[in-house]
Amino acid sequence: MSPSHSAAPVRPPAARLDVENLSLQFGGVKALDGIDLHVEPGSITALIGPNGAGKTSAFNAISGFYRPKTGTVKLDGVDITQVPARDRAKLGLARTFQNIALFRGMTVLDNIKLGRHAHLTSGVFGAFLYWGKTRREEMELRAEIERDVIDFLELDHIRNVPVAILPYGLQKKVELARALAMRPRILMLDEPVAGMNREETEDMARAILDVRDEWGVTVLLVEHDMGMVMDISDHVCVLNFGRRIAAGSPTEVRNNPDVIKAYLGGSGDPRKAALDGAAMGEVA
Amino acid sequence: MRVGTAKESYAADEGLFKTDTQKVWFGLLLAGLVLFPLNGSNYWMFLAVLVMINVISTTGLNILTGYTGQVSLGHAAFMAVGAYTVAFFDGRFDTPVLLNLVLAGAVAAGIGYLVGLPSLRIKGLYLAIATLAAAVILGFVFLNWTPVTGGLRGLNVPTATIAGIELATPDRLYWLVMPITVIMVLAAKNLFRSRVGRAFIAIRDRDISAEIIGISLLKYKLMSFAISSFYAGVAGGLWAYLFRVVTPESFPALASIFFLAAVIVGGAGTIVGGIFGAVFMTLIPEFLKLSATALVPWFPDASIYLAPVRNIIFGLLIIGFLIFEPMGLAEMWRRTRRYFALWPFRT
Amino acid sequence: MAVEFIDIVETSLAGIGTGSLMALTGVAFVIIYKATKVINLAIGEMLMIGAFVFYGFSAGLSLPIWASVPLTLAVAAVIGGLIERTMIRPLLKDNPVSVFMVTIGLTSVLIGVVELVWSAEPRRLPEFLPSQPVLFGEVFIPSKTAYSFVIAAAAMAVLITVFSFWRGGIALRATATDRAAASSVGIDVPGVFSFSWMLAAVVAALAGILVGSVGGISSAMGLFGLSVFVVVIVGGLDSILGALIAGLFIGWLEAMVGRFMGGEFKLLATFTILLVVLVVRPYGLFGTHEIERL
Ligand SMILES: Nc1ncnc2c1ncn2[C@@H]1O[C@H](COP(=O)(O)OP(=O)(O)OP(=O)(O)O)[C@@H](O)[C@H]1O
Ligand SMILES: [Mg+2]
Repeated sequence: MSPSHSAAPVRPPAARLDVENLSLQFGGVKALDGIDLHVEPGSITALIGPNGAGKTSAFNAISGFYRPKTGTVKLDGVDITQVPARDRAKLGLARTFQNIALFRGMTVLDNIKLGRHAHLTSGVFGAFLYWGKTRREEMELRAEIERDVIDFLELDHIRNVPVAILPYGLQKKVELARALAMRPRILMLDEPVAGMNREETEDMARAILDVRDEWGVTVLLVEHDMGMVMDISDHVCVLNFGRRIAAGSPTEVRNNPDVIKAYLGGSGDPRKAALDGAAMGEVA
Repeated sequence: MRVGTAKESYAADEGLFKTDTQKVWFGLLLAGLVLFPLNGSNYWMFLAVLVMINVISTTGLNILTGYTGQVSLGHAAFMAVGAYTVAFFDGRFDTPVLLNLVLAGAVAAGIGYLVGLPSLRIKGLYLAIATLAAAVILGFVFLNWTPVTGGLRGLNVPTATIAGIELATPDRLYWLVMPITVIMVLAAKNLFRSRVGRAFIAIRDRDISAEIIGISLLKYKLMSFAISSFYAGVAGGLWAYLFRVVTPESFPALASIFFLAAVIVGGAGTIVGGIFGAVFMTLIPEFLKLSATALVPWFPDASIYLAPVRNIIFGLLIIGFLIFEPMGLAEMWRRTRRYFALWPFRT
Repeated sequence: MAVEFIDIVETSLAGIGTGSLMALTGVAFVIIYKATKVINLAIGEMLMIGAFVFYGFSAGLSLPIWASVPLTLAVAAVIGGLIERTMIRPLLKDNPVSVFMVTIGLTSVLIGVVELVWSAEPRRLPEFLPSQPVLFGEVFIPSKTAYSFVIAAAAMAVLITVFSFWRGGIALRATATDRAAASSVGIDVPGVFSFSWMLAAVVAALAGILVGSVGGISSAMGLFGLSVFVVVIVGGLDSILGALIAGLFIGWLEAMVGRFMGGEFKLLATFTILLVVLVVRPYGLFGTHEIERL
């Protein structure tokens, strides 16, 4: 795939995300314990850590599903800790889920259209008539999605296919497409290449880089595939047992003794191999 | 498959009917609806009107249960609200028929909205139970708010009169009910081509991701409740004009199960499904009646077994479709069509 | 005051009598819910079919009571097992809504079967409880109410003991807590599912015999299930204790409302309570919080 796009989408400016002293608890489990995370506008930042480190919990707190016990989440300096999850969409925060959360009964196209829900305005009476404003809005939406998202991610051949019957890799891509349709200023991806083969992984990695470069979106991602993480990210933050144990450039993090210990700690963790082979995944 | 349409024709691709075949089918259906009264049989006209009323109501329940994923065990109670509203306004104030029908829908929608309110706190089957509770409470109101509902004896409904024409018989009522049914079904179809309808489906399929893309769950659930009840209310209003009397017995709890069955058997979450389901479920008792009459020479009491057999069949249809064909008749229809689209080149 | 103290006491006791039957049926509901997570809307109809089977044996075939009761319970177990195997198990992996709707279909089937075999006419069960009214001082309790209370209480005591100590009860509780874990320690999970439906059907049938002997039987007696539904929601879907307490409470409340406000207010009162509980405390008084996720 060689994305040579003529019309780059309308770009809202990339967002900056600052998370400070974030703590979260489930009963006795401290899922997050005072973590700090700073994501520069336009960067690709990776959040990594062994299983159960609290990465997904951090995502859930940042996107507003969990109310953190302490700490603040700031988007471009504005405190959004108390904003309900559904209102964060409008602020430009989009995400995908570790275990794909698509609308299974709908086609790829409808799933992507739903991404723009919060930006549309037509109401129920317009919907019944499908005339005037509603019709115009729906036509513009379709054209825009075709141009900005479907072409961009090469989903043309499956646009009218129900997502439930797509293979895993494509579903992940559709989820990315839906998030892109939200015209995000910051895109949060929870394990975007989990379960993908090498080819699909490279494809996805390129897509992420393209999104950052062409759309000018900040990207925050959680990923276990170290090769990919080290290749595409500008900044890496490492969690273990709900605490931040390191942060810095990929090279700094790779050589950080605490990080190595965290990954080796769980007696023969298979992730060690991943960490060692980090430089192998030649992407982009 | 008819995909990969040229990008210039989004308008066609986004059309109410995506292909010419669909347009032809719809044209045939309309022609059939216009020509149907030529059969001249009062029985068939009555049945046609009843079927269409049930189509409206089933479509309403399909919007809530099939598309939004909220099971309602009180749909018939909303029909009753519509029927009482018509009986009340037409009987007391002699207001125009169309206004009464709109009022029937609106009052039912308002109550539906209230019944949906617990969805702020509860979801899934708990909400279904709340609708059951609401239906019981509404039943109490019908029975005991005598000044308005006529209590146990209920209300008589005047003949529907439009522009001086009395729609006293089913063959006349047909011309009121048929256009309303067509309009309401098309409106429902439109709903799911746009933002609002997509939000409903999103809530059904995955409510957390609905939230992440900025859909207010409460707002759209309430909207779905209101729309669904609006359909039920209008259907109930038409029902009142057909049967001319409304009592607390008119819409028993089993009627709610009837509509749920229609949605499941027809195909939850598709508009044709609602139509198929309503037609099928309305005709089954008639078919049974005919069979019973035919059996009388051999089994003189065949007719007393009618009601129980009907109940058994309704129940078995619900169970059978859920287990063997959860997408309902609509899916069977789709498969048949595909088979014949390829026939005789099927490999 | 016009309302006499003794009237209140008598009404309360009668209400608690009915409440014990609601509690017993509620326990049947909870057994199914705990094991299979199925909300069984047909519990009232399972009770009804039990009552009619008993009628068939005792009145139809004129068998003595000591034979009719065990035969009825055996038939009920078979029916419960059949329902589970043919209608519930194929859908257990689907979403809970489908199974729930299957139980709605089941209501309709059971009502139909009863009307087909026995017609829709209300009937009386043969008298088998002692007819001597029970008197506590001045307080009069109808004999059937008193004896059915005693039987229901005994049945529940047996059930609770069995659940606490017997292996099968422990397997059931383990399955309720975590299916995967139960299966991995060698518990026959599908067996537990079948067993729970059979047991629930037996318990419901017993309740049906008692309800029928107090108030007669008819194809509409499944409506009793509506009150039971309120009982289990108020008590918590997965709590036996909740079903006991809420059963007695709802029974008492219906009796008081029926006596002092009028019969038509009974369901209104209970369903209003149902709505309030649903909104304020959806998992009931004693239920586990996580079931809210449904
Ligand atoms: N909803 C929940 N209820 C209770 N505990 C939870 C919940 N979600 C997460 N946890 C616990 O919080 C801790 C962190 O989990 P989290 O899912 O954030 O880890 P993760 O870093 O995303 O792991 P993985 O790499 O496996 O996805 C774990 O111990 C987990 O069991
Ligand atoms: Mg995770």
